[in-house]
Amino acid sequence: MTAFRVEGAGRIDRARPLLFHFDDVEVRGFAGDTIASALLASGVNVVGRSFKYHRPRGVWGFGVEDPNSLVDIAAPVVGANAQATTTLAFDGMRVKSVNGRPNVARDRGRFIDLFARFMPAGFYYKTFMFPNWHLFEPSVRAMSGFGRVDADAELPRSAEQINRAVDVLVVGAGPAGLLAALRAAEAGRSVLLVEQGGTVGGSLLVRTAAIDGRDGVTWTAEMLQRLAERGATVMTRTTAFGVYDHGLVALNEKGQGGRPDRLWRIRPGHVVLATGAIERPLPFANNDLPGVRSAEAALAYLRHHGIATGRKVVVATNNGLAYETAEALAAAGVDVTLVDSRRDAGIVPKGYGLLTGRSVVAAEGRGEVAGVRLDDGSRLVADSVVVSGGFTPTVHLYCQARGKLVWDAVAAAFVPGGPLAGLSLAGAVTGAFDLAGVFASVGTALQPIGVAAGALPAVAAGQPYAIAAAWPKPGAEGRVFIDLQHDVTVKDVELAARENYTSVEHLKRYTALGMAGDQGKTSNLNGIALMAELTGRTIPEVGTTTYRPPFTPVPLSSLAGWRSGGLFNPPRRLVLENVHRDAGASLREYGGWLRPAFYGDGPEVEAVAREARRAREAVALFDGSPLGKIEVCGPEAAAFVDFVYYNAMATLPVGRCRYGLMLAESGVVFDDGVLMRLDANRFVVSCSSSHVAAVQAHLEAWRQDRFDRKRLFIHNATPALATLTLSGPQARPLLETLDLGLALDDAALPHMAFASGAFDGVPVRVSRVSFTGDRSYELVIGSDRAEALWTRLMAAGAAFGITPLGTEALMVLRAEKGYIVIGKDSDGLTLPVDLGVTAPLRRKKGEFIGRRSLVSPEAQRPDRKQLVGLVVEDGEAPLVTGAHGVETRDGAKRSIGYVTSSYVSPGLGRPIALGLIERGASRHGEVIDIQHQRTMRQARIAAPCAFDPAGERLNG
Amino acid sequence: MQLFSCPFCGPRGESEFRFAGEFGNARPEGATVTDAQWSSYLHRRSNPKGRSAELWLHLTCGEVFRLDRDTLTHVVSGSYALGDCAEEVQP
Repeated sequence: MTAFRVEGAGRIDRARPLLFHFDDVEVRGFAGDTIASALLASGVNVVGRSFKYHRPRGVWGFGVEDPNSLVDIAAPVVGANAQATTTLAFDGMRVKSVNGRPNVARDRGRFIDLFARFMPAGFYYKTFMFPNWHLFEPSVRAMSGFGRVDADAELPRSAEQINRAVDVLVVGAGPAGLLAALRAAEAGRSVLLVEQGGTVGGSLLVRTAAIDGRDGVTWTAEMLQRLAERGATVMTRTTAFGVYDHGLVALNEKGQGGRPDRLWRIRPGHVVLATGAIERPLPFANNDLPGVRSAEAALAYLRHHGIATGRKVVVATNNGLAYETAEALAAAGVDVTLVDSRRDAGIVPKGYGLLTGRSVVAAEGRGEVAGVRLDDGSRLVADSVVVSGGFTPTVHLYCQARGKLVWDAVAAAFVPGGPLAGLSLAGAVTGAFDLAGVFASVGTALQPIGVAAGALPAVAAGQPYAIAAAWPKPGAEGRVFIDLQHDVTVKDVELAARENYTSVEHLKRYTALGMAGDQGKTSNLNGIALMAELTGRTIPEVGTTTYRPPFTPVPLSSLAGWRSGGLFNPPRRLVLENVHRDAGASLREYGGWLRPAFYGDGPEVEAVAREARRAREAVALFDGSPLGKIEVCGPEAAAFVDFVYYNAMATLPVGRCRYGLMLAESGVVFDDGVLMRLDANRFVVSCSSSHVAAVQAHLEAWRQDRFDRKRLFIHNATPALATLTLSGPQARPLLETLDLGLALDDAALPHMAFASGAFDGVPVRVSRVSFTGDRSYELVIGSDRAEALWTRLMAAGAAFGITPLGTEALMVLRAEKGYIVIGKDSDGLTLPVDLGVTAPLRRKKGEFIGRRSLVSPEAQRPDRKQLVGLVVEDGEAPLVTGAHGVETRDGAKRSIGYVTSSYVSPGLGRPIALGLIERGASRHGEVIDIQHQRTMRQARIAAPCAFDPAGERLNG
Repeated sequence: MQLFSCPFCGPRGESEFRFAGEFGNARPEGATVTDAQWSSYLHRRSNPKGRSAELWLHLTCGEVFRLDRDTLTHVVSGSYALGDCAEEVQP
């Protein structure tokens, strides 16, 4: 191909040359070039291979509409499937072609096109059915598709995400957008004008114009200057890709020079869409040959980059707007012939040949265009064919905002049906393709926000659009492509119609028309028009598919923002984390908190056993700070806790604790824990560590639903207070050395009582509650004093054989006692009776959450899964958590429950396990089968408590 | 991101809120509640297409309130503190 730079033309900076690699080809360009324009100017014809048939493809368009020029960027920043037409080239970059091996010029897959007639739409569905699609999937996937993600590449840097509110957001900085933005800014509105291209001006940078006696470029510069004076913000390389609920507009701002993209979330008072229009291809055979491209793009490459698309060019059109391309190319010294399918446009050609009433039926050439054949059988030699099949308004954002389209027969396009609440339209998106019409539409767009457009700029009349639609025709000879990116031809649409996939949504899914990365920006309307013709309907009767965000692909890094890596789901941190680290703790996440799993070096199993043994024999210190401490206070507090707990709580004496279950209305156990009564009207709900927010929300909802909100308050004090738990036979003597100013003897402070003392003058609450089965003291102190208390306890505890206790060892100790963890030893069906807690249902008089569910037929079923202990033979390995109890009934094996917790107990010297087993409470002593994958074992059902069943150690 | 209006805090992004149930699903109480009544209270929802009266919890201030919105268009037509609307407005 012979695209070349025209001396002196374009807006590139010829003083700043650049060089980059496309595969192994050196490509030279200038600052201001995109990858596509540099490739074009360097004579690289084939920039990609098509998705399905591996046909060679060249640059077709100029911007986001281009279906062909996807490339992978290997350096400096990795990016798959970048659009060469919208990605700026810079020195030293490495670009790789896609879907061609070893490269697109010498693609080994090009033989596939020889079999194209055997691979119509639906080919995969029909062919690779038997025996199984997955047999073929790997090779089919390897043969098709585009860029490759380099799995070893460094992740892109996190994108900033910025929220902003403005009075008026204007999308598109062409003539309409510029005028609308300026008028809104002059009326005192805060204005944000966004443009997806690198420069402001839109069609004014491409087409010649005379506005108020100035050329389009000068007028654009003046508008920018005035916008700046009015304080409007103008952002380029920024795409408004989605309109979401309640008027949220999302923007992606392309980063340059290796800087990551930025995501903007805009809350505009009003949106003006000035998104313009996109040129369609003309349907003729081999219209995908490299060298065939959009006439508007050809003009844009000439005006922006100083590139003439070829030395001998055929311009094929069905409307008046392509004449400027012919004229401009001719003026640049190109031999141009314009073929207009309209009979008489009444235009006198300037420097180029003109054939009217003729259309191109085929492009000819091997691997690139060498000429065209016309409908009268004559041939024209050409090294580039530029086409205009008319313009399609860019209505995507309008439709995302639930706007309804109407068919404009004069413009031969779907246009917006009118403004929406908070959104109006200006410019070519309304179907106005002449400058006077464009400016007139700005006045209409500004009416809803009460801004007067004032005197509109005076413009010189241009070439009238006057389109005579040229839709694809059924039965066309040769390969007439409709969707270049997904390789959909006229024959594929015909096949879809024949097989009754005539609805536009079926057409899309069956042929994949418009489903590629370009989302059919150039192809959808041609496909719809052909389907209309095939089925005897009008184009609006066929209609369009649903428009959904994003308008153009958005990097996942933009959507993720900072929420990746360690910030994806950051754990909560203990106030004593550094203390634990200094003590050699291995930290792990438990229920959203980063907590010590075990302390010290060596194998985890040994560390856990050592801590558990020391806790039974001497004393252990556990950091239980995440344990819930939700205060409930007020005159209605007692009635409230009685209602939210399954257990009777109104009768709890001051100074005492009581273990209880909270239920959901379904009767299912929601949480468990200890309730303390600080005084008549003040309680502390001690809920599960990982469940505090949910319990607080649950309590708030019920408080507001049925209690006097002025007589009941809920306060979550968990973050303010640390909980340090001493447990073991030496806990009391150790605690006595601290002199907290309270009596620790069992008469003054029995099990399930608490008292208040002071540690170095700071209040500390001491509670006798136990999650280990041994005598325990829970010390609750202000978080800021937790380190001092911990340090003192560890120092004083040395003489008593103290160990810090990790979460893993605590889990072993509590499982030995049959103490449950909600959500682990219970599931979404577990009722309190399944856990053996039946007394409140029988005795409690008052109403409570979930009560009615506990007397339902479901709750009375005899075959409910109940909490049990599971014992294996001595010397055997522990059961696998999650393994199922199984039985054979009527010849079929079925699950009767599963193992919920399983550990090796250092105290007992054997494995222990808890499980939920059908009818388990009445089956103690029975041996059942436990299956894990392919292994079957036996276990004996026992009481959940395997250690100290009499509970003597609580006071030991 | 939808904008919901907390009666106490004003319009905020939907991620600050948690759905708390259908408005007007009164809890049946007393000794005579049948299995069918209780089951309906637990499980049956009107799931309207169009205007829907709902309870939402504003997580940041902790208040439960009534939010009227359209499940089809997502238009929010009103929000009320519970004490202000529970009696006089029925869905």
